[in-house]
Amino acid sequence: MSNYSKPLVIEAGRSERQYWQDLWRYRELFYFLAWRDILVRYKQTAIGVAWALIRPVLTMIVFTVVFGGLAKLPSDGVPYPILVFSAMLPWQFFANALSECSNSLISNANLISKVYFPRLVVPTSAVIVSFVDFLISGIVLLALMAWYDFVPSWRILTLPGFILIAFIAAMGAGLWLAALNVKYRDFRYIVPFIIQFGLYVSPVGFSSSIVPEAWRWLYSLNPMVGVIDGFRWAILGGQTQLYLPGFFLSTGLVVLLFAGGVHYFRAYERTFADVI
Amino acid sequence: MSDVIVQVENLSKKYILGQQRQERYQSFRDVIGRRTKALMRPFRKSSTKKQAIGEEFWALKNVSFDIRQGDRVGVIGRNGAGKSTLLKVLSRITEPTQGRIGIRGRVASLLEVGTGFHPELTGRENIYLNGAILGMSRTEIRRKFDEIVSFAEVEKFLDTPVKRYSSGMYVRLAFAVAAHLEPEILVVDEVLAVGDTTFQKKCLGKMQEVSTEGRTILFVSHNSSAIASLCDRGLVLDKGQVRAYTSSMEALSLYNNEINQNTFVRDRELNNPHIQKVELDQDLLEQGTLKVNVHFESPWDLNPPIVGMVVSSLYGMPLFGTNPRIHTKGFQPRSMRSGIATMQIDHLPLHSGSYKISIWLGDNHQDYDSITDALTFDFISPQFMANLPSVDIIGPFNIPAQWRLENDAQYTVYA
Repeated sequence: MSNYSKPLVIEAGRSERQYWQDLWRYRELFYFLAWRDILVRYKQTAIGVAWALIRPVLTMIVFTVVFGGLAKLPSDGVPYPILVFSAMLPWQFFANALSECSNSLISNANLISKVYFPRLVVPTSAVIVSFVDFLISGIVLLALMAWYDFVPSWRILTLPGFILIAFIAAMGAGLWLAALNVKYRDFRYIVPFIIQFGLYVSPVGFSSSIVPEAWRWLYSLNPMVGVIDGFRWAILGGQTQLYLPGFFLSTGLVVLLFAGGVHYFRAYERTFADVI
Repeated sequence: MSDVIVQVENLSKKYILGQQRQERYQSFRDVIGRRTKALMRPFRKSSTKKQAIGEEFWALKNVSFDIRQGDRVGVIGRNGAGKSTLLKVLSRITEPTQGRIGIRGRVASLLEVGTGFHPELTGRENIYLNGAILGMSRTEIRRKFDEIVSFAEVEKFLDTPVKRYSSGMYVRLAFAVAAHLEPEILVVDEVLAVGDTTFQKKCLGKMQEVSTEGRTILFVSHNSSAIASLCDRGLVLDKGQVRAYTSSMEALSLYNNEINQNTFVRDRELNNPHIQKVELDQDLLEQGTLKVNVHFESPWDLNPPIVGMVVSSLYGMPLFGTNPRIHTKGFQPRSMRSGIATMQIDHLPLHSGSYKISIWLGDNHQDYDSITDALTFDFISPQFMANLPSVDIIGPFNIPAQWRLENDAQYTVYA
């Protein structure tokens, strides 16, 4: 009759041994929470999912005009809109995931204080929601490629790997901010700032090749640099070069960020219901 | 023992009041400020720390008890006795400060009706969402979907967003999902206080059905008759500690002794004839006798003083009234200034439930004083029957009657 062969033990200071088993048992909740957020997002909107397309397209147009048209920055031999959009994809995903994720625990406060489930489910589904938007705006990239008759090289096959890195980066930063936000609501104001600031310090509107060689490693301390450069390398092909030391530095930081995020989140998770 | 399904040992839960009450969340600035202060005054670190921690509050203190398979435990106690904290710790929402709980089996907790319902989603979508939140798998929900819908009586509105539901429909749907969980241990907080009485009865019935299937129930309620009819064990909590863990009847009467307002004392002096104090004899009440003493005072002689009394339901519906002019037997009128009027009803003909008493004072000519709802009491009938239909259906009165079966000669063919 019992689902657990061994009795479950609840004790102070002891993170339940069944945590990862529980996470698996609640796997459908990832799906349901993400599904709820997606359903709710476009309820009572006239054009619905089109919003997921309009926002990145408008930003891309602005960036193309400002950086490509007015500032005349180099485009590494690809159409500037494609250059911008191949970076816009991972950046928008990261930015959306970060803001959704950092607010996820607070906007689900009623759930947290009334029902048990592994709390990791909540921020993860927030990232999944942003991932769905990411896939939708991927359509725009395909349309742009078709418009400019741009044929990607074999490198496009490595794209899933970079998507994974983007996912881990978003999760890592998101977990930190979600857990911190429960305790210190200051992060509600910090996150929009990070996102706004990040857009300019990440190579979204321009190629990172304009950064002087001597400073590239320093620039790579921004974890999104590795992700965005990876995306460009995979999508644009041709002369685009991947600055490897910088890429590994970025990726290493992403992994650290994620591991730290999971650890911090797990450590504070048990007090969420009392503090939120 | 092998059939112990929940074992709680020395469970304690501490809250820090400063954190819990005044500022529910800390601001980053405060922490930075405190840390800076601590840095600047390294030698007074301990005092700063103490200040930061605030007042401790033990919501639970050394609570120990065992629950066996199939027990239906009612958790009783005043507001703030730690009932909800206990349920929260048991359902793993919050972690204990000390102590240990061993649980064999899946726990489903229902601490609030409709947790996780999203107003924008339709009834159908919310059933799936809520089911998943409560720990049901998609196939499980699909299997029970029709049952849930018919229990909630919302067939027609399945594809309407729940924000357009009436509050009754909302609650029905929410309870229906939770009621179809199939855990070994069901933890329920005061959720039946919502919805209309018919639905409350349906919920209680559903819980009774669940309990007859051998599942274990932990139930918090302020409704004594709900506990009396559903539970067989009672856990009385007081200020975070276990006062008693016995049969539900004993636990209820222990609790009622404390909680009920069975005395009323007027706190100020009056220059008119007035009621000073009203007392109810709790010991006699447990034996089925309602005995009330009314102390009255007057600046002049009342000839005779007349005290009247109305017993009403908890909802304020008057049930019966009495005074010495109606029930004259044994009453000897005389002139008095102050004294005690005693009223006694043997074999109080009421079913178990909560009742209120209002008192009136006057004489043959005029009214002087009246106290509406002076006392509240919980009556547990000595002839308590577990299968009694709800008082909301059969009414509060327990009027003795005789029943008999006979053969009808006209139709008896096989006799």
